[in-house]
Amino acid sequence: MVDNMQAIFTADDYGFHYPDSRGKFGPYGGKYVPETLIPALEELEEIHATAMQDTGFQDELNLLLETYVGRPTPLTHARRLTEHFGGPEIYLKREDLAHTGAHKINNALGQALMVKRILGKNRVVAETGAGQHGVATATACALLDMECVVYMGSVDMARQAPNVFRMQLLGAEVREVSSGSQTLKDAISEAIRDWVTNVPDTHYLLGSALGPHPYPVMVRNLQSVIGREARRQMLDPSTGPGRLPDVVVACVGGGSNAIGMFYPFLMDPGVRLMGVEAGGRGIESHEHASRFADPKLGRLGVLHGTRSYVLQDEDGQIALTHSISAGLDYASVGPEHALLRDRKRAEYFYCTDEQALAGFELLCRQEGIIPALESAHAVGWLPELMSEVSPDDLVLVSLSGRGDKDLDTVMAELPLGD
Amino acid sequence: MNGNDPMTGVERIRSAIAKRQGDATAAFMPYFPTGFPSRSESVAMMRSMADAGADLFEIGFPFSDPLADGPTIQAATHRALLNGMTTRDGLDIAKELREAGITQPFCAMSYYNPIFNYGIDRFIEDAAQAGFDGFIIPDLPPDEGEEMEEACREAGLALVYFLAPSSSRQRIELVTSRSTGFVYLVSVLGTTGARASLPDYLTDLVAQVRADTDTPVCVGFGVSNGEQAAQVASIADGAIVGSALVKAAEGPDGADAVKSLARELARGAHGH
Repeated sequence: MVDNMQAIFTADDYGFHYPDSRGKFGPYGGKYVPETLIPALEELEEIHATAMQDTGFQDELNLLLETYVGRPTPLTHARRLTEHFGGPEIYLKREDLAHTGAHKINNALGQALMVKRILGKNRVVAETGAGQHGVATATACALLDMECVVYMGSVDMARQAPNVFRMQLLGAEVREVSSGSQTLKDAISEAIRDWVTNVPDTHYLLGSALGPHPYPVMVRNLQSVIGREARRQMLDPSTGPGRLPDVVVACVGGGSNAIGMFYPFLMDPGVRLMGVEAGGRGIESHEHASRFADPKLGRLGVLHGTRSYVLQDEDGQIALTHSISAGLDYASVGPEHALLRDRKRAEYFYCTDEQALAGFELLCRQEGIIPALESAHAVGWLPELMSEVSPDDLVLVSLSGRGDKDLDTVMAELPLGD
Repeated sequence: MNGNDPMTGVERIRSAIAKRQGDATAAFMPYFPTGFPSRSESVAMMRSMADAGADLFEIGFPFSDPLADGPTIQAATHRALLNGMTTRDGLDIAKELREAGITQPFCAMSYYNPIFNYGIDRFIEDAAQAGFDGFIIPDLPPDEGEEMEEACREAGLALVYFLAPSSSRQRIELVTSRSTGFVYLVSVLGTTGARASLPDYLTDLVAQVRADTDTPVCVGFGVSNGEQAAQVASIADGAIVGSALVKAAEGPDGADAVKSLARELARGAHGH
């Protein structure tokens, strides 16, 4: 059985309710968009609220999550990884085993079903960085018989070629974006431009917990199935250790797998929530995507409709980011993460390219799991976590996706056969 | 702007538009990006447009992620950034134009992040000093504009909000009640860029907006030649042209092409 989405609304006694009616997470969030898009956002707010209350919709989505996506995804006790560190027991939430190979499908399917069922829109545009969200969107559109256009930066198309082909196989049109940095941020800009132009019949299926209200809350709600399942699986002695984790770790690009994992644990004060950003070539190099870790480039700003931490130069131009992982290579971070950080409810760290590759290799060898380079950031950061935890602790890691798509990148970086 | 000018920026904008108001006439408002094709050429082109009949100016500040702009302005502002243009440069250019004797009202067109990063109060203060009369910020709807509005009110400068073909009755009421200087009516769904013809619904759309407000209504996005400017003049109070001028500036005889297109647009808007 897939956990019911209603639960997150009744059980939230964490002490505050965000976002507020204007889409603000404290000082973050909002809707900084051209006026043309405001009616579409208002409409989306309405259908999101309707969908959350509509048991018919919930049942339909849950059935698809169960019978099509393969939820609930397992919780794996990572015994050899635990042994390797000689510290706390480590558990992996296996979003890599969801259909299409990453958590992205939870959101893509939810949004597509929502707009198809309630709005009757039949055309979807999406952006993609690593290609996982693009593949998930193309998949949802094939399933629900919707037209699908995916915008992807040229740089990302080159480093994620298999996913480009996958999207095309699934019937999506992949449009190359060669402006700006030719990565995720430019793909988002281009998807928004398409949306502005075709808004009456087009839905923008944003893939992370960012962008203008209501996207951050809508994506969080759709992704929180990750944390709800994981929490239940941890508590249930037949699927996990029979108690809550002490630490939850997730990688943070835009932050959708992290917020989906964190949200159901927000009201468990004993659970430390830790997000891991992409440290690229190191913070001092300024070639990274660590919005919280670089005091020079990472400041409060507005990008793609939301107010949050943004990597930018001294003149307020958005900085070029770097990460070995296309899915974390983005200059801003979901507004709710910024709030959780301010409230000290979640802590944020970073993992460099090199550490992520080490994490990638480690998980392959110790557990027989090839992780996505995004998820490898959560694993690659574990050595640093070890100094902060005791051997009695339980650590839950969000394994947000599988690494097949990254083999070319990794092959170029990791020497094998020695 | 002028130290001895008792009018506020809002009043200067309103007055420049009022001068052209008529059944078949409207103000002509060119948009041009600072720093394109180069810093000095952008200044020269704006000066030539002032001579060619521009009634007020929309002076563009470049941004790395201009999501409301089509390919023409994206490429031009990207070039401006490569030329090293900063927010400070945009302010200085306005000052130079004032010093060169250009008296038409200036609106700064910038995305929100560079302004936010510069500091809202400081930006408005420096912009006022540089000779700006108002601001056009495509990613700042009234829902998020309170802070900027308050600072503008104190400085007497205009904060222009947008309406679009997708705008509901409620949005029209909200925007017309909050926009100062004029209302920027986007003629089409989409981004900036020259288009072959203006949409048929435009007359009705302008009438709907006008029914709600005394604030002038200026039409932009897709206006690219004298004929279209004349069409806009017959229904609205101002015609805003950007991409077509930027395109004209791209050629080898950019300065001449800009000047002659500006003349054509001014004639169209001014009804002769």
